[in-house]
Amino acid sequence: MTIKPGEIAIVGAAESTRIGTVPDMSQIMLHADAALNAMEDAGLKPSDIDGFACVGNMMPQQLVHYLGITPKWVDGTGVGGCSFMLHVRHAAAAIHAGYCSTVLITHGESGKSRINATPRPAEPQSLQGQFEMPFGPMGPPTLFPIPVLRYMKTYGVTHEHLAQVAVVQREWAAMNPRAAFRDPITIADVLNSRMIAYPFRLLQCCLVTDGGGALILTSADRAKDFPQKPVYILGSGESAEATMVSQMQDFTSSRAFRVAGPEAFRMAGITHADVDHLMIYDAFAHLPLYGLEDLGFVKRGEAKDFIWEGHTRPGGKLPLNTNGGGLSYTHTGMYGMFALQESVRQLRGTAPAQVPDVEISVCHGVGGMFSASGTVVLSNQRP
Amino acid sequence: MTLEPGRPRPEPTPETRHFWEGTKAGKLLLQRCGDTGRAYFPPRPFSPYTGTRNVEIFEASGRATLHSYVIHHRPVPGFKPPYAIAVVELEEGPRMMTNIIDCPQTPEALVLDMPLEVAFVKMDDEITLPLFRPARGA
Repeated sequence: MTIKPGEIAIVGAAESTRIGTVPDMSQIMLHADAALNAMEDAGLKPSDIDGFACVGNMMPQQLVHYLGITPKWVDGTGVGGCSFMLHVRHAAAAIHAGYCSTVLITHGESGKSRINATPRPAEPQSLQGQFEMPFGPMGPPTLFPIPVLRYMKTYGVTHEHLAQVAVVQREWAAMNPRAAFRDPITIADVLNSRMIAYPFRLLQCCLVTDGGGALILTSADRAKDFPQKPVYILGSGESAEATMVSQMQDFTSSRAFRVAGPEAFRMAGITHADVDHLMIYDAFAHLPLYGLEDLGFVKRGEAKDFIWEGHTRPGGKLPLNTNGGGLSYTHTGMYGMFALQESVRQLRGTAPAQVPDVEISVCHGVGGMFSASGTVVLSNQRP
Repeated sequence: MTLEPGRPRPEPTPETRHFWEGTKAGKLLLQRCGDTGRAYFPPRPFSPYTGTRNVEIFEASGRATLHSYVIHHRPVPGFKPPYAIAVVELEEGPRMMTNIIDCPQTPEALVLDMPLEVAFVKMDDEITLPLFRPARGA
């Protein structure tokens, strides 16, 4: 039987006790710290958890042992920073199918301090090792922005438009005591910051931090017995395209976004007008533009004006990346978990930059360099 | 031109060896789907369009246009910043990552859609990289 909107709920959600620079915790402890906080939030013990998901080679096994969990459902889906959106989607299906009843999803990454961090080797026999690495890319700042000049030419997007994304997100971050960067910035500040990989400068690139987060999911019928206000999963979507950004079909639009986003809306049975709050994974300043267009909030080429006109800033009609995002809040390397945490906070009414009367939040993630995508539609009302 | 030492070296696999044998011989080899006639890249012994194993290897013209790029400003072994990491669109359709040589590495000189031609630059006795330069007479 098809899963219904609101059938599964998030009943526990927490970030690691500290984010930013956490030199006294290894990567596995950042997972565990967030997991313990989420279990406390939900009033659960490790023995209450019977399903587990996290991203990373062999990591589910490490974490269930570390935390003392005996799972009967395990998911190690690893498609980059949106893996957690896929974990939520897969966990909802597993609970619906009766494979397990209570799922813990964790993230921890020592992205800055690099204590027991995951190595990211570029295997010279892989397709990326043969057909991208010899030409000088060095990490996401050199790869993720590669489509941007094509997008700018196609839609007449200016450097100022792309700077405005960072300016607006800093306005949200200014209201968030946990955000890494809170001082207001101007378009001139962005365009005068250090050049990293033209067309992008330092303030258009995400942070690199330490941190973790965890979520606990169960059936909505059980959710009312938990201490926190449930956050219901109305719909979700996922897709993948290519590991190599040079091979994405259309440099002005993400195929993975165009599959995941509409599927989540369809499952949820909502329209764009129903959305009160939006998170779009912003590893770099162009991502909110692609996300707004590929999810259908605006037509292709219109996102630059939508953001420029102030619709996504505090007080705007579509509050976007209200924690400050990967550009100003935090970015461990896999930011999707933090986007989900902010959606949950907004729906619980506990966000530092709380948007009034949020009932539906859409949380959209990207993995790799437009390689994969996951979208989750959440609500504090069960349909 | 000679490459600076330290650049990551590709290691051919059984499915890609013909491509690297081709660049060593001064040929840019693509593959074509036997069902649709469409060219594709990167190399694989079947068509990503239909799944058919009926595919052929053919020599591309070497003509391309500049599709998009970044200009990296930070140091990387084997590269002297600032340097452009580019994606070119081959005349036959597929796109590939490369570097643009014989051209200032500036936004003013690197104009989207400018015509380019392939230039084979030897890395070592086995590997020759397909780089691109502004098309002569363009």
